[in-house]
Amino acid sequence: MSLKRTPLFTAHQKSGGKLIDFGGWELPVQYEGIIKEHMMVRNKAGLFDVSHMGEIEIKGENAEKFIQYLMTNNITTLKDNQIQYTFMCYENGGVVDDLLVYRYSNTHYLLVVNASNKDKDYEWIKKHAIEGVEIKDTSDSYAQLAIQGPLAEDILQKLTKTDLKTIKFFWFDPEVEIAGAKTLVSRTGYTGEDGFEIYTRNEDAVKVWDAILEAGKDDIAPIGLGARDTLRFEAKLPLYGQEIDQDITPLEAGLGFFVKLDSDDFIGKDALVKQKEANPDRILVEFEMIDKGIARSKYEVEKDGVNIGWVTTGSHSPTFEKSIGLALIKREYFTPGEEINIIIRNRKLKAKLTKGSFYKKNTKK
Amino acid sequence: MNIPKDLYYSEEHEWVRVEEEKVYIGITDYAQSQLGDIVFVELPMVDEEVEVGGEVGVIESVKAVSDMYSPVSGKIVEVNEELETSPELLNEDCYQNFILVVQMDNPDDINELMSAEKYEKYCSELED
Repeated sequence: MSLKRTPLFTAHQKSGGKLIDFGGWELPVQYEGIIKEHMMVRNKAGLFDVSHMGEIEIKGENAEKFIQYLMTNNITTLKDNQIQYTFMCYENGGVVDDLLVYRYSNTHYLLVVNASNKDKDYEWIKKHAIEGVEIKDTSDSYAQLAIQGPLAEDILQKLTKTDLKTIKFFWFDPEVEIAGAKTLVSRTGYTGEDGFEIYTRNEDAVKVWDAILEAGKDDIAPIGLGARDTLRFEAKLPLYGQEIDQDITPLEAGLGFFVKLDSDDFIGKDALVKQKEANPDRILVEFEMIDKGIARSKYEVEKDGVNIGWVTTGSHSPTFEKSIGLALIKREYFTPGEEINIIIRNRKLKAKLTKGSFYKKNTKK
Repeated sequence: MNIPKDLYYSEEHEWVRVEEEKVYIGITDYAQSQLGDIVFVELPMVDEEVEVGGEVGVIESVKAVSDMYSPVSGKIVEVNEELETSPELLNEDCYQNFILVVQMDNPDDINELMSAEKYEKYCSELED
């Protein structure tokens, strides 16, 4: 099967992107090197092609009620042009996907979902459809760019008459003209930095991409998926399939803030209420390697020779220049400062449980 | 891509420099560019005996874990400990920075390796 390409494929080739198969999409893993790109976003600004993300549009008189029933967060608190991070759960509390809900009005929403889960999400949503809602997979109608970093606002402002300061964190403006193209701009992202996500028509994607790189000059660079992962990980932002999945609930992953157990009924609520009352058996924890080595996803975690869980994500941290990780372990073993072992290639290497040692997000409130 | 003429090359992208019975072993320019930013090198133990194809270390970049295999058999007589604190040296100059030195048991092992010309062709075929 041939790989899918985004409208920015030729732009990546032109910029020297190293293209890989990313869940069926031919996308750049890096351009100049992950560490360099990572630090560019932390210090200045970076431009990402995230066109592979899925978009599902929900319209109709019962749209709000319908979405509320699918989501763990309280959708009814959203105002027009506001965005919410939420989970869509199974009956057992495991996660179908984590996603963003964009509200145009209470009869019109856009769900932005993970590329790898898009078809599954779409089927799940359709399966629960009620009267008075229209569900449409509009993924192929948009290209999506993300500009992230402390200089993101300054650079993007050069290309638009819209005062970007009017777009607050987790809000969007559906009518922003950038470099002559009609776009939707939201103040969101996945790096721990301030920045924007820009939805354009496919045919305008290259124009907007080139204009942003031109406007930013040496203060911006195209960034690949490799740095996207190290950036989100350092900021402790969860990744589906690692920190959360069908077998890990949001409560176990420490993301209970996005689960409103006092709101109306939603799929998975009963299971999550029970889990909250009993206190989840597992907890997502931070650790730092003491011995030299890098913990990777799925490596086992031990305490005094007993298996207590596994690593969800581990990496060299370009910002802190050390080896850090997240692990899902049995709750009773979580005491910050305590030593654990990570099993790396059959060797027990020492690590230390920590708290608050990840990147402090630099997003605007 | 940089492929020095005076070295031998393995299919696993190790280079070998022969100095009498001893061989210096490292990774090639192709390998380091494929791996990307190298952030950790796990070295073998000095005095360990290795076979052709035996594991002699692990190289980790930000994204990937990659095993390293010995292209010759013999005894490990030296490892480049500088890589433990500065693994990025392999990105900076992969031919100046060897990883280990093996005292060969069987000098014929070298004949199984590729010349620079052959290796260049091998890499270009991988690119297709």
